[in-house]
Amino acid sequence: MSTDVAARPTTTTPLRVKRKRRWGRDTVWSVVAWVIGIGFFFPVLWMVLTAFKKEGDAYTDPPTIFFTPTLEQFRSVLSSGIGTTLMNSAFATAVSTLLVLLLGVPAAFALSLRPVRGTKDALFFFISTKMLPVVAVIIPLYVIVGDIGMLDNIWTLVILYTAMNLPIAVWMMRSFFLEVPSELLEAASMDGASLWTAVREVILPLVSPGIAATALICVIFSWNEFFFAVNLTAVQAQTIPVFLVGFITGEGLYWARLSAAAVLTALPVVLAGWVAQNKLVRGLSFGAIK
Amino acid sequence: MSGAHTQVAARPTPESKPAAILKSKRDHISRAEGWRRRGPLLPALIFMIVITQIPFLVTLYYSTQSWNLVRPGSRKFNGLNNYVDVFQDSQFREVALNTVIMIVGTVIISVVLGLLLALLLDRQFFGRGIVRTLLITPFLVTPVAAALIWKTTMFDPVFGLINFVLKPFGVGQVDWISKYPLPAVMADLVWQWTPFMMLLILAGLQSMPRDIIEAARVDGAGSFKLFRELTLPHLRRFIELGAVLGAVYLVNTFDAVYMMTSGGPGVASSNLPYYIYQRAFLGFDIGQAAAMGVVTVVATIIISTLALRLIFKSFTGNEEAA
Repeated sequence: MSTDVAARPTTTTPLRVKRKRRWGRDTVWSVVAWVIGIGFFFPVLWMVLTAFKKEGDAYTDPPTIFFTPTLEQFRSVLSSGIGTTLMNSAFATAVSTLLVLLLGVPAAFALSLRPVRGTKDALFFFISTKMLPVVAVIIPLYVIVGDIGMLDNIWTLVILYTAMNLPIAVWMMRSFFLEVPSELLEAASMDGASLWTAVREVILPLVSPGIAATALICVIFSWNEFFFAVNLTAVQAQTIPVFLVGFITGEGLYWARLSAAAVLTALPVVLAGWVAQNKLVRGLSFGAIK
Repeated sequence: MSGAHTQVAARPTPESKPAAILKSKRDHISRAEGWRRRGPLLPALIFMIVITQIPFLVTLYYSTQSWNLVRPGSRKFNGLNNYVDVFQDSQFREVALNTVIMIVGTVIISVVLGLLLALLLDRQFFGRGIVRTLLITPFLVTPVAAALIWKTTMFDPVFGLINFVLKPFGVGQVDWISKYPLPAVMADLVWQWTPFMMLLILAGLQSMPRDIIEAARVDGAGSFKLFRELTLPHLRRFIELGAVLGAVYLVNTFDAVYMMTSGGPGVASSNLPYYIYQRAFLGFDIGQAAAMGVVTVVATIIISTLALRLIFKSFTGNEEAA
């Protein structure tokens, strides 16, 4: 401590100069970072701005930056039957996410804290289903779903979205369970509590942030899903991305209204992603990267 | 695994009983225990087998059928003829090449951009959290909506922002999408996937041991040398993982092609999912489309194997470290 203080006066001048130079460089870099950040975000920003324009302001050369914002486009989109599709998307997303957690959290537990024999094989199987290109199963799915009369039924999407997200959830939740010290479970069980009580009272609260992050990632993927939705639904079970595509075919020349529809489509998942951003990498890399 | 062993050992073993009975009892207990452990896993496992494996087996079966939905009653066993047709289909070859270009190009460009952005974000600066949030947003935007943005407000020949920005450089009213359909789709994909790479690489940068860097800096290593000899080798695992995972996700690209170009002109910007979709749902040729699906799966097995190996490796690495 005392040597520190003694040493300080001798180095003061060069350090301050260095700091100043460093500060200048840092400013440059932070400006660069901000410019690039805004640049990357710009298409989204522009979409949001366009959604608040009148159609006349959406088509101009040069592009209009200053305009009087209007809610006209949102009103017209909301009155064009988007309500049902929003409900469909919300239903498919919520129910499939719930199912994923109900199936995935116990499975992840069985593959981590009290591992079953063949854990590695099971893990391998789960992740390999994610590596199977979706086109390889769409044709029989279409035929089978048609045969059992489930085309254009929202439950078809619920089931498929559950299968789509379950591997991610198992792997991701496993990585959270592995962070729980295994002695904790033993200690809790030894107190005479049943395994289920121990899991419920001790383990689940510990991994609940992981469960929340897993849920958010499932929400993002199911809300955004398009391939199954466009092939297996028509009118009744139409989800929001399919609606947006139909909207383009119908209203392709009305950019402002289209942008409003696109904003409504993307908004829920962008918000979910912002909330989950610290855990996003973990989900996308199947828990391989923390 | 080892848990089962300690469980059994923890039970008081009655010494008076013969060893054989003891052994069978022990086996019995561990079997029951085994099933108790397996219980929570089974619903998920069975669900996934039913939903993913059965349709794939059916695809294999369909791929041996001559079956066009437009001609009912024409369905018959066709052997491997569908596969022969697929490989003789010059459009299929073009589409397969497009798919490779789309995946490899998008992965390389977004890894490079993602690396640069991650290096930028690894510094301390004012509002870093906000800039990071801005940068990851493209990844979150619904792919259909993203493709819509690029098709209209960005690439439109007259009112698009790209041409507006390029106008001072003497670029006229270029119709990017019809002139360069594949690169246009890739621009949208790169925009969406760069944040993914950035996040992975940033996680890598932030897991770097700071003291080693400081030590090297004290030893007089320059920034570039530091980057090349310390940072880049450390990031290798993250970059590899990002590349293979990106490829695995990008194999399924459909929305962008569907929205921006419909695969055209001709098949100039079609990829395998879009082409198979066209064959099955617009051409109703179930047999051919199924065979193409199988070919796609076989082709992706190589990249999937790589991805799996990397993921497993990083996991065992983590567990050993923990």
